[in-house]
Amino acid sequence: MKTHQFEVIVVGAGGAGLMAGLYASKTAKTAVISKLYPTRSHTGTAQGGIAAALGNIEKDTPEWHCYDTVKGSDYLGDQDAIEFMTSEAPGIVYELEHMGLPFDRTPEGRIAQRPFGGHTNNETGRPVRRACHAADRTGHMILQTLYQQCIKNKVNFFDEFQVVDLLMVDGKAAGVVAIELATGELHTFHAKAVIFATGGHGRIWEITSNAYALTGDGPAIVARRGIPLQDMEFFQFHPTGIYKLGILITEGVRGEGGVLINGKGERFMSNYAKTVKDLASRDVVSRAMYLEMREGRGINGQNYLYLDVRPETVNKYAALDGRTNPDGSPYTVTGEQILKKLPDIIDFCRTYLGVDPLTQPMPVQPTAHYAMGGIPTNIYGEVLLDENKTVVPGLYAAGECACVSVHGANRLGCNSLVDIVVFGKNAGLHAAEYAQGASFVDLPAAPEQPARAALETFYKGDGSEKVYDLANEMKHEMFANMGVFRIEEGMKHALAKIRELKERLKHVKVSDSGKIFNMELMNAWELQNLLELAEVTTVSALARQESRGGHAREDFPKRDDVNWLKHTLAYAKDGKVELKYKSVAITKYQPKERVY
Amino acid sequence: MQVTLKISRYNPEVDKTFHYETYTLEAEPTDRVLDVLERIKGQYDGTLSFRRSCAHGICGSDAMRINGRNMLACKTLIRDVGEKITVEPVLGLRIIKDLIVDMEPFFDNYKKVLPYFINDSPLPEDGKERLQSPEARLRFDDTTKCILCGACTTSCPSFWASDEYLGPAALVNAHRFIFDDRDQAAAERLQIVNDVVGVWRCHTIFNCTVACPREIQITKAIGELKMALETGKLD
Repeated sequence: MKTHQFEVIVVGAGGAGLMAGLYASKTAKTAVISKLYPTRSHTGTAQGGIAAALGNIEKDTPEWHCYDTVKGSDYLGDQDAIEFMTSEAPGIVYELEHMGLPFDRTPEGRIAQRPFGGHTNNETGRPVRRACHAADRTGHMILQTLYQQCIKNKVNFFDEFQVVDLLMVDGKAAGVVAIELATGELHTFHAKAVIFATGGHGRIWEITSNAYALTGDGPAIVARRGIPLQDMEFFQFHPTGIYKLGILITEGVRGEGGVLINGKGERFMSNYAKTVKDLASRDVVSRAMYLEMREGRGINGQNYLYLDVRPETVNKYAALDGRTNPDGSPYTVTGEQILKKLPDIIDFCRTYLGVDPLTQPMPVQPTAHYAMGGIPTNIYGEVLLDENKTVVPGLYAAGECACVSVHGANRLGCNSLVDIVVFGKNAGLHAAEYAQGASFVDLPAAPEQPARAALETFYKGDGSEKVYDLANEMKHEMFANMGVFRIEEGMKHALAKIRELKERLKHVKVSDSGKIFNMELMNAWELQNLLELAEVTTVSALARQESRGGHAREDFPKRDDVNWLKHTLAYAKDGKVELKYKSVAITKYQPKERVY
Repeated sequence: MQVTLKISRYNPEVDKTFHYETYTLEAEPTDRVLDVLERIKGQYDGTLSFRRSCAHGICGSDAMRINGRNMLACKTLIRDVGEKITVEPVLGLRIIKDLIVDMEPFFDNYKKVLPYFINDSPLPEDGKERLQSPEARLRFDDTTKCILCGACTTSCPSFWASDEYLGPAALVNAHRFIFDDRDQAAAERLQIVNDVVGVWRCHTIFNCTVACPREIQITKAIGELKMALETGKLD
């Protein structure tokens, strides 16, 4: 067993982890540990843009961005944190540009911006161009740029090391235990501060935009150490995943004028969101799609709809909507312009569907996409232990695995990329500052022992169950009963199923007895994480008897601010889930009905 | 339909050299090769090892040789490669286990070309973005698409012959910065690639261009680097 010592350890190397690593490295001895090579991280798949009120094309302000985010969150987001993020957003986008990020440009040479769901001009209520983009591979550019800067600044990396445990001593973070995938050896990383930036857990669901790697490792690890998970019932289903595959088709398609069409050829979003139509927030659009399909208005009565970005369709609806260019002329597009602005999604459709979006509509269905919930933190990335916001010394989280909460019950498109860079940076800065004033806490003898024992259990089953089958059953159940719409009976069914699967996991016996790249062992451990988070998600959802943002209950269809304007804190330890609640920070905007 | 996969297997803890194992199973023509590999691992042989993550051609984890050509397993459909499919690790890098190769030499070469933005001049006084025309931005657009999957470099006979050669992926990333008019280290990077193990090791075989899952015109990009060295201009 090898032991390393760093002042700050960052777990995960997507946008949040790289930003944290970059900033912590400036003043503290830092290492970034990641189960993937950094450029494999899921930030790289983000497409449409990063939201910041630069106002490069039309009037926009951080205040509008703040209000839109509060409204988008269905008033569950903490308004102080949202105000912080949206006011930091323009500066951080300029900072990315200064790092060399190749944004698309306006004719004046400024960063180009496009409309995105839920982002509006607060005076007219109409969509505003706020999403700063680099074609439809903005996340790729952010990930590459941050990794490049880490190379430039000689940040230490431990690539393909899977962190499997958090070390805590006297209530303080003291390091992590990780497996070196290439050797199977356990390493102890002794640290003063630990930052989790491990991303989401969308692999719980059958139809998902999420990478295989997104198994909620960070939240599952900290939960086992007694840290609560906040607002886990809120999970976003993105309206436009490729039918059956779940691969994301960016909201930027609708930003450029694409529309959703039902089986009767109708542009149905005008019936659900009169002002912004197809650019309503994601929860609203996904629900509308489900209602259309339930009424038999899917394509050929099936469970999918069309996303249509053919130039003639775009131009027809742009004219009907009276959409204009910044100079006041009517908005029109050509196939060539669409191809230039959305090359990757056109490539996806051609590759996976044999469909050319320039001449054919794309078959889409809502796809599991983003965890609003996660490890509770404040705006400095400090992890919070309870409803009194008690800070856990030395423990930080940022990005999708964290819950600040800036997304509340529903995240707006393009706000995740702002989130990861703003809070990744802050977590890095504050962890390094904390490390300056802290000393290393002594580790217990054999600190890797609990992790080793936990992994060894996967060799002790009777072999009557397979990880592959259990994972499929979980995904199917969760998509059926813990998806866009929920009801008590369904959720209870899901909870029983998840608990059954947790029991059956004990029968798994990993067949690969080798040490080198034992991905079978890793997959078993990852499934355990997913099952534990699925349980927390379902228990949290069952308790919340209202509909808000991404949590839509058929038996409680209304938002209930009297009883439920509060954050859920779920403590999942030793096989039980206990719920507590925490207040929401409301500063400028009193909750009101959400209309788009 | 039924598909048969012949997969190169190597477990360094047991095997002296690699061998092939064959698996026959049901698949849809629209399944990705990766889907079938996952099913083999999940249902038939848990020891089969390969890298994967995003499963839609963006993260660059699963470059492998499929019927003798470098492809991403997640971007290759069964209907594109037929019922008999041979899957092998990419060439030119040490095999660690099954389809997993040692990527360190690949990333080491990448790091040699200063693959990061360099501009030490003062930032704009208003703190905002450095200006760049849409035309100047377009100049290096193609090479910004690189996902570092290694499909190009490991398809290149010059790289197979010598891993001292920087390889197409590193040169693509040099191109991305050299032709970015905001960057100030083009001369330094050109000096690095102006070497017998730099651009001059490229013999325009075009394997890289064919292999690139992002359809980057790699041989053309390397040609532009050679031209810049010849003419001293970055047009």
